[in-house]
This record gives sequence, C-alpha cells and structure tokens, in this order.
Amino acid sequence: MSEQGTYKPYAYYELMETSLRELLVEKGIITNEQVNAEVAAMRARTPERGARVVARAWVDAAYKKRLLANGTAACEELGLEIPGLHLVVVENTPQVHNAIVCTLCSCYPRVLLGIPPDWYKSRNYRSRMVREPRAVLAEFGLRIPEAVQIRVHDSTADMRYLVLPMRPQGTEGWSEERLASIVTRDCMIGVAVPAVALG
Amino acid sequence: MIERGHHDLGGLPADKIERTEHDYPQWERRVDAMVQLLRSGKKITVDELRKNIEALPPAAYDQLSYYEKWVSSLTQTLIQRGIITTEELGRKMEEVERRVR
Repeated sequence: MSEQGTYKPYAYYELMETSLRELLVEKGIITNEQVNAEVAAMRARTPERGARVVARAWVDAAYKKRLLANGTAACEELGLEIPGLHLVVVENTPQVHNAIVCTLCSCYPRVLLGIPPDWYKSRNYRSRMVREPRAVLAEFGLRIPEAVQIRVHDSTADMRYLVLPMRPQGTEGWSEERLASIVTRDCMIGVAVPAVALG
Repeated sequence: MIERGHHDLGGLPADKIERTEHDYPQWERRVDAMVQLLRSGKKITVDELRKNIEALPPAAYDQLSYYEKWVSSLTQTLIQRGIITTEELGRKMEEVERRVR
C-alpha cells in the first residue's frame, strides 16, 4: 500500500457507524436505547472519579494502603466498578515520579478518567514517552529534577495504571472535596502535578 | 527476530507532542458504546479488536483517526464472527447514504 491519502473522507466512517448500528439493531443484537445509555454512562465517566480516589488516599492512610495493594478493589469500595481490569495505582514520592502510556494502542484507566485525550493516543507520545520521558514531561511544562527517578508504565488491555500524585504543601486541613478539585486528569496520567494557587 | 509491528511504537524516534484534544462527536461516542456493549455481551473480545486494528495497512493505520480505526476494526470483527456479512453491510450503507444525502 504505497499510495497516501486515498482513503475516503470522514463522512464515510460516520456512514459506516450508522449502517453497522442499524444492522445490529435489526438483528436484535443491540438496541438504540442501549447505545444511548452507554454513551450517557461514558459521558459520566470523567476525571472527577479518579480525583475522588486520589483525595481519599490523601486523607486516609489505611485506604491508601489498600489502594496501592489492589487498585481495583479499593475503587470498588468507593462504588467505582472496574469490570475485568487489573488497576495498578503507582505512587509519586520525593524520589520517584510516575507516568503512564500505552505504546501499543490506547489503553487507559477510562473508568476513572473517561476517554483519553488525543495526544495520549498520538504516535509521538506513544513513541517517545518510554525513551525520553524527562524531555517529554518538560514539553508538558513539568520539570522533574535529575535526582528524581522517572518510572513509565506501559499499559495493556488487561492492566491499567493510575498515578497517585503527592499531596502538595499548603493543603493541610482541606476537605476531601477541595483536595479532589486540584487533582486534574493530567496529574493522574503523570504529565502534571497538583498545584495550589498562591494567595 | 520478529519484525516489529507497525503499531508497536515504543521507543521509536518521533516529533514533538502536539497536545491536541477534541470533543468527541456523537458518532464516535456511539462507536465506543457499541464496542463496550458487544464486549460485555460477549459477542466480541478486545483482543480481536486490537488484532484487526493492528492488521490495518500501515497507510491506513497512520491516516485514519482513532474512531475511524475502531469502526473499521469493529466491522471486520463482526464479519469474521459471522454476525454480519459484507453484502448486508454494503446494502445497508447504500440505503443509509440515499437517506441522508
């Protein structure tokens, strides 16, 4: 396949989606109601879910221990079902910074963070994150000191990772809800760290 | 030595990361939804979907958007499973095209 750019435009695949769905509905395999319900459920899966898990781990040492031992079970404690997946939570410390990638495709803790951003699935992120993470993180505006080790976790279809960021200074006495508000999606991918606004 | 698959990108030289994001249109969300439903209904497996994405010709792998790859792979998987046929899909696509144009 040497020619480039001969594929049919975007609309073709949208047509494929509609046709496939109508065919499956006619055959009684799925219903439109099920599809719509699934779309709605997916919209409800946002990074706020992951942030809840992180905030709980920050305020409850026993929970954090359980989370690091078995991410799937600890999320289920909070009512976040992770069907059929092994969730591994990796903790940032003053010595180690963690980040996640899927070099082979786009595996991502969708149950906790929603659909991955485009850049996570991009060729450039997938290729470079495992080879030169320090440079990649710097491009994201995150400068990791040389003395801190960087661990990059390559996800698979069955095993997903979530980064547990360090709780920033200046958040003493904060409620779990307020803590969750500073935990962004990128913090849980490991391309950012939580920041506390000054003043 | 086994040759590296076209999808196997880890460690290869590449350019600066463009931090693009887009709000997924409804049809892309429905592709995702169908995949989840068919997986939970045990009609297809995630491994088949991956295999069929990885089997895309390299030019298609590079040029198609994420959900374009997914819907191509899902279609291929359903044909391989015998759940739909190429003829049925072709007829349906013509029918839908006539309706929407």
